[in-house]
Amino acid sequence: MISKARLLAGAAMLGLAAQDAPAAAQVSGDTIKIGLITDMSGMYADADGSGGAEAVRMAIEDFGGEVAGNKIEFVVADHQNKADIGAARVREWIDRDGVDMVIAGPNSSVGLAVAKIAADKKKPFIAIGSTSSRLTNEECTPFTIHYAYDTVSLSKGTGAAVVADGGKSWFFLTADYVFGASIEKDTRAVIAAKGGTVAGSIKHPLGASDFSSFLLQAQGSGADVLALANAGADTINAIKAADEFGVGQSMKLVAMNMYLTDVHALGLQVAKGLYMTDGWYWDLNDETRAWGKKFFDRTNKMPTLLQVADYSAVRTYLEAVKATGADDGETIVARMKATPVNDVFVKDGVIRPDGRMVHDMYLMQVKTPEESKYPWDYYKLVKVIPGEDAATSKAESRCTLWTNATQ
Amino acid sequence: MATLFGVPLQALSGQLLLGLINGSFYAILSLGLAVIFGLLNIINFAHGAQYMMGAFVAWMLLNYAGVGYWPALLIAPVFVGLSGVLLERVLIARLYKLDHLYGLLLTFGVALIVQGLFRNHFGASGLPYAIPAELSGGHRLPFMFLPTYRGWVVVASLAVCLATWLAIEKTKLGAYLRAATENPALVQAFGVNVPLLLTLTYGFGVALAGFAGVLAAPVLSVNPNMGADIIIVVFAVVVIGGMGSILGAIVTGFGLGVVEGLVKVFYPEGSATVIFVIMALVLLVKPAGLFGRTA
Repeated sequence: MISKARLLAGAAMLGLAAQDAPAAAQVSGDTIKIGLITDMSGMYADADGSGGAEAVRMAIEDFGGEVAGNKIEFVVADHQNKADIGAARVREWIDRDGVDMVIAGPNSSVGLAVAKIAADKKKPFIAIGSTSSRLTNEECTPFTIHYAYDTVSLSKGTGAAVVADGGKSWFFLTADYVFGASIEKDTRAVIAAKGGTVAGSIKHPLGASDFSSFLLQAQGSGADVLALANAGADTINAIKAADEFGVGQSMKLVAMNMYLTDVHALGLQVAKGLYMTDGWYWDLNDETRAWGKKFFDRTNKMPTLLQVADYSAVRTYLEAVKATGADDGETIVARMKATPVNDVFVKDGVIRPDGRMVHDMYLMQVKTPEESKYPWDYYKLVKVIPGEDAATSKAESRCTLWTNATQ
Repeated sequence: MATLFGVPLQALSGQLLLGLINGSFYAILSLGLAVIFGLLNIINFAHGAQYMMGAFVAWMLLNYAGVGYWPALLIAPVFVGLSGVLLERVLIARLYKLDHLYGLLLTFGVALIVQGLFRNHFGASGLPYAIPAELSGGHRLPFMFLPTYRGWVVVASLAVCLATWLAIEKTKLGAYLRAATENPALVQAFGVNVPLLLTLTYGFGVALAGFAGVLAAPVLSVNPNMGADIIIVVFAVVVIGGMGSILGAIVTGFGLGVVEGLVKVFYPEGSATVIFVIMALVLLVKPAGLFGRTA
């Protein structure tokens, strides 16, 4: 009995020692474990999916597979576009598998659920493809970093440009979940501010395969602009049907959230002329082209905004681990917020107190088949939207982390 | 302008027509399911995957072999049908003596594998397939703009449904099939090759799915999930019509397309669920389905 008691006491002492020892490495378990939770098989799988996982691996390889003497491990899981599955998996990752940082691909419902868990467990959470602006607005947390873009940046870019171009009266075709609602709300605000009006809106189920009925109703509204407040396969199907029903003759079609892979899937003949806001494009400059080529060689596809942002976010995170030698959420997030991001994805990107990374966005127009000179030559740059103009301002923000801050 | 519940009648007629077009896909798909279930007692969960294969075979024929839409309309269903024949001979034929559930599990597994393979190879966002030149453009009807291709979809599927119904109800081969369903041992004793009959029936049902896939390729995104998206609805259609009832599947397919079209006008958020609500109601009132015979 005595020996058992001693053993227990010894173990307790060890535990205490491990906690208190100031000189011991601050990285728990001698590994840095990164988890990517994304859509690996559904309607958003091409925009992020296995390509996003490959981008994370590229970032880890840049570090030679280790950081500050710790091995880097990487896990990826499919949330199947279900918030409960995503949340359960992330909880398991953090509680059981010792995941240090979670990065999330598309689907805002999953993103919002995971953000709460990460905040609870004090782990950095980097949202890439979850677009809802709620992540860094009314539902901001000290541990959420919204890295790539959000519904505000999409609506400020595209919304303002289209109203300025004469599209005064709008009709929304909105995916019936949190992302669709967010982007419609944010775009309505932009339209109202620029003097436009909204003639109506329809909510369609996520993953609706036939859009003809909704399009006919939109056409009947007499609005100038049809805004597609959806993404992925929904956008593709809606644009295809709009082309078939000749909606483009009476209305200007605007895709509020489109990825390069969507344009690829549609083909330029159907997608030509569409306006869209993107946060990155592989053919912007020599640096982006070089990285795009490197990615293409591994995946046979040019990278989307989400995939390059996966890469950049993991690099930024690993830089913070390297600089601080720590892996606890508070230290890492503080370091990331204090350090501007400069890489192939963004120049002088700044992570604000609300967690939103502010960087330039690009208003693009899809090329016609004649204008496209080589494979994946899809976009014309219409305008660079400065980061400050594309993000929620402090006056508009409802994130108390930021509005109550002194800076 | 005349209105109904605040919706102009003109717009409503447009929506009815669109519902009929969507109903065409439901009708062909549920017809294939009903044929297979009626004669083989197999709940073919791979039907959606086979529909998707039809669209992909059409795409491959065009992009790898330069074969256009019209030949593909014939070749793709044959290809898909042959894959069905192979599946029946190698796997499904072993399950006839077991409970329905085994057939369901097997075909469900096959569907997941096939969808996964296509997703790995082609990605999830889909491939473009252009409307054939002869059918592009459209007609301005008094109440809406009808793309020629959509009109063609209704005509083609009505023709195929009618031909299938006639073949099963009015021909000698159909009589063998129906007899084999009732009492396979007796029909075999008369010298009819029942296993072959069942194989060909499954192949035919699957070919119908492939045909629907080719029809859908130009209007919907050709992507590996296209079958998974529609198959659950189609199962509901079959249940509402009455499992195994050929005519029931056709009529319910078109009918529910129209109902769904109307819901898209009055309450768009509900359009994904209305068919299941109807299914629940029908099962409560008439458990064998609208056209099913009570066992």
